[in-house]
Amino acid sequence: MEKKSKGVRLEHISKIYRDPKTKKDFYAVKDASITIDPGSFVTLLGPSGCGKTTTLRMIAGFESPDEGNIYLGDEAINELTPNKRDTAMVFQSYALLPHYNIYDNVAYGLKIRKLPKDVIHERVMKILDLVELTGMESRMTNQLSGGQQQRVALARALVIEPSVLLFDEPLSNLDAKLRVQMRTEIRRIQQEVGITAIYVTHDQSEAMAISDKIIIMDKGVVAQMGTPYEIYYNPVNEFVADFIGEANFLRGPMVGTEGEFAILDIDGHRCKVEKHDGMSEGSTYTAVLRPEASSLSDTDGVPCKVILSCFMGSYQNYHVMVGKTLVRLEEYNPKHKRIYKVGDECRLNFDPVSVYVLRT
Amino acid sequence: MARGQGASLDKKKLMADPVMVTTIVLLITFLSLFILYPLAILLVDSFVGDGGGFSFSVFKRVFQIPTFTTAITNTLKVGFVVGLIATAVGLLFAYVEMYVRINRFASGLFKMVSMLPVVSPPFVLSLSMIMLFGKAGIITRYLLKIYDNSVYGFWGIVIVQSLTFFPVCYMMFKGLLKNIDPSLEEAARDMGASRWKVFTSVTLPLLLPGIGNAFLVTFIESIADFANPMIIGGNYDTLATTIYLQITGAYDKAGAAAMAVVLLCITLAMFAVQKYVLEAKSTATLTGKASRARMLIEDKGVRIPLSTLCTIGAAFVILMYICVPIGALFPTWGFKFFPLTLKWFKLVFTRYHGLKAFKDSFVLSFIAAPITALLSMIISYLVVKRKFRSKGFIEAVSMLAMAVPGTVLGVGYIRGFSGGLFHTGFMQGLYGTGAILVIVFIVRSLPTGTRSGIAALRQIDKSIEESAYDMGAGSLKVFTSVTLPLIKDSFLSGLVTAFVRSITAISAIILLVTPQFLLITVQINEFAEKGSYGLACAFATILIIITYGSVLLMNLFIKHFGTSRQIKED
Repeated sequence: MEKKSKGVRLEHISKIYRDPKTKKDFYAVKDASITIDPGSFVTLLGPSGCGKTTTLRMIAGFESPDEGNIYLGDEAINELTPNKRDTAMVFQSYALLPHYNIYDNVAYGLKIRKLPKDVIHERVMKILDLVELTGMESRMTNQLSGGQQQRVALARALVIEPSVLLFDEPLSNLDAKLRVQMRTEIRRIQQEVGITAIYVTHDQSEAMAISDKIIIMDKGVVAQMGTPYEIYYNPVNEFVADFIGEANFLRGPMVGTEGEFAILDIDGHRCKVEKHDGMSEGSTYTAVLRPEASSLSDTDGVPCKVILSCFMGSYQNYHVMVGKTLVRLEEYNPKHKRIYKVGDECRLNFDPVSVYVLRT
Repeated sequence: MARGQGASLDKKKLMADPVMVTTIVLLITFLSLFILYPLAILLVDSFVGDGGGFSFSVFKRVFQIPTFTTAITNTLKVGFVVGLIATAVGLLFAYVEMYVRINRFASGLFKMVSMLPVVSPPFVLSLSMIMLFGKAGIITRYLLKIYDNSVYGFWGIVIVQSLTFFPVCYMMFKGLLKNIDPSLEEAARDMGASRWKVFTSVTLPLLLPGIGNAFLVTFIESIADFANPMIIGGNYDTLATTIYLQITGAYDKAGAAAMAVVLLCITLAMFAVQKYVLEAKSTATLTGKASRARMLIEDKGVRIPLSTLCTIGAAFVILMYICVPIGALFPTWGFKFFPLTLKWFKLVFTRYHGLKAFKDSFVLSFIAAPITALLSMIISYLVVKRKFRSKGFIEAVSMLAMAVPGTVLGVGYIRGFSGGLFHTGFMQGLYGTGAILVIVFIVRSLPTGTRSGIAALRQIDKSIEESAYDMGAGSLKVFTSVTLPLIKDSFLSGLVTAFVRSITAISAIILLVTPQFLLITVQINEFAEKGSYGLACAFATILIIITYGSVLLMNLFIKHFGTSRQIKED
């Protein structure tokens, strides 16, 4: 692609909606400031109603922000209508034009731009080749499978060579296997073309697999922005920790230090956790323990009691009580390990470096 | 929280789209000028009226006219009874079709009945009623040997209107019953309820808001009906006919305006109840889609009496429609039936300018229909797919037109345009032209077209249009390349409905038509009034042929060229 892709910058963007029932205004998006680098793949992730789709639609121009400015590259685009913005969107429902065949669907944007016929033909065929749909030009949209329709939608967005590609939960209508296949495909094409992509999803594994950067949104507010690695291992709060992967929260006062680690008192049990500056004895902290980062044994660790034990194939799933705190853990490859039963008293063991203490 | 910036950005985006802005401005002008203004001028005239200055004097005067006050009670009585009968009969038909196993013949009859309201010209049932049951009626006089039967008056109107309007109720109930999940009724049966108990304790309560809705819709239609009371009312005057006579007989335009305001208030009040109370409720109780097909009632004790009753009813209604063309072939109405002759048709075309009437009606409707269809699609598109500030106004006014009886609109146009806008002489040239007739046709058919357009567009995923917009298409391009092709069938049927409604229109038109235009419906009215039923029937037959023919043509056309339906079904 000849064109250089552009970055996107949101400055203190807010969107206010009125609740039709209570007639009260509320922030669908509140004071969101986001910078997206050119050529990067950024995902807006969050539960439904967190404002991620609204944010995307504001970038596309379908919604107008009530506060703040949106820039595409260096250009302020607040006042531009969707058809004048250099963005292209892939919709959740694909939104293919049902009265056109595949070729005409892909060519639609180029025809609007009044390009010469041979140029249109060349570009359409090239893009269809990229999404591996060569030979399907004359099919109607209802003759394609969901995955193929999604490729057409992607081709249609790519062919107009936008500065930014927008995805609104594009894979949520596909079955699980196809979803995994398509997300790899989308990532491959994005990197091949080198285009900036903003992707909305509520599926955290999809976000982890596909993104350079993830932006987690909660109730209209940007909760955290970072690489998938940063977000998984250094979540800023319980919401983020809980939303990305599974998390156990160990809560208790700091009662001392041991070398470079801190000791938290969890329901009367001393637990060794990671320590960061600014932690002081006597204050209460919350530590995040991932299920795959701990194990059960008879000898080492904190005393606990098994309340659920369940064989899942690749791992044994346990729920154990440490005092009054519930801890879920996954012991992988359990074939030659001892399987604890419900009611067994044993010990919970984890490496203190993999326990992250929340800063808030 | 301030939503100012979003709103002003939305406005700027709208202003950057000249096609949208022009369309919206033109629409608002059209709706204000031809729907709101005539109604407003009625109000103004009836309060300013005779003396000048604000007063109730005109109202006081018309309420002292005894025929007017009886007309009010008459109208309400007729409306109430017709509402009850049409709703009950409509419900019976819908229930039998949806719940009882019926044979092919019966379901064919049902289908014809459901098409009648679309193609039915006014007067037809009244004419055949007189022909079959009148003093010289084929059934009353020649079969039953009753020589003094009078069909004119209260019962005449009630029967004819019930027969005219029950198919509308039938179609409404059919839609509602389709949405009742059969498993609800099966659950009740399973817990030991009898069929009758299921009907009264499950089906009926679920339908209740719908029943109220159907009743009010029929009530409004009955009150607004002009054609039937005109022909079969005899001395029994209703509001619509009284207003007409006040203008054409008493030349009292201010009085007619005040009467029209009264009529308008009644229909508006009912429309408000129907639209905002019942319509919302009837959809709220029936949101569920049927999970699977309903087990039809096979029980002979239920099936035979119900289906026989409905088959006879349907056959009777259809017979009444067939009567008119046959009646046009009798040499002398009510006295000499054979040999059948074409002399009335000959007379129509030789002495009574049939060709001109045909041409005028056809041409005016032919001009109005595409404009109406396009306009209603544009309004539906704006209402369903776009957001802008005056959208509520556009939606409300085009729906308001539904509640305005034709007679009221006619009086409003006389008051509003005969002396120019606000009686200033500006735009006076419009009055008495074919253009104003076309405009009336458009306004009268716009609500139905808009309604079906909105329904069709709601079926289409909003993101399809958004995607085209996102690809760089402007509003006009989105509308012509995406919206219109997707609702092609709806557009076509809107086109034909508008045409049929226009060519069969009478109530508003009869007040506005000038001698230079001969319209078929006006001719039917004139000859029926004079008692020349042979001629009236001949004209009505021509009208039936035109309307039925255009509906057939449309179905054929949609079958061969309509693509949007195939896409939806696949």
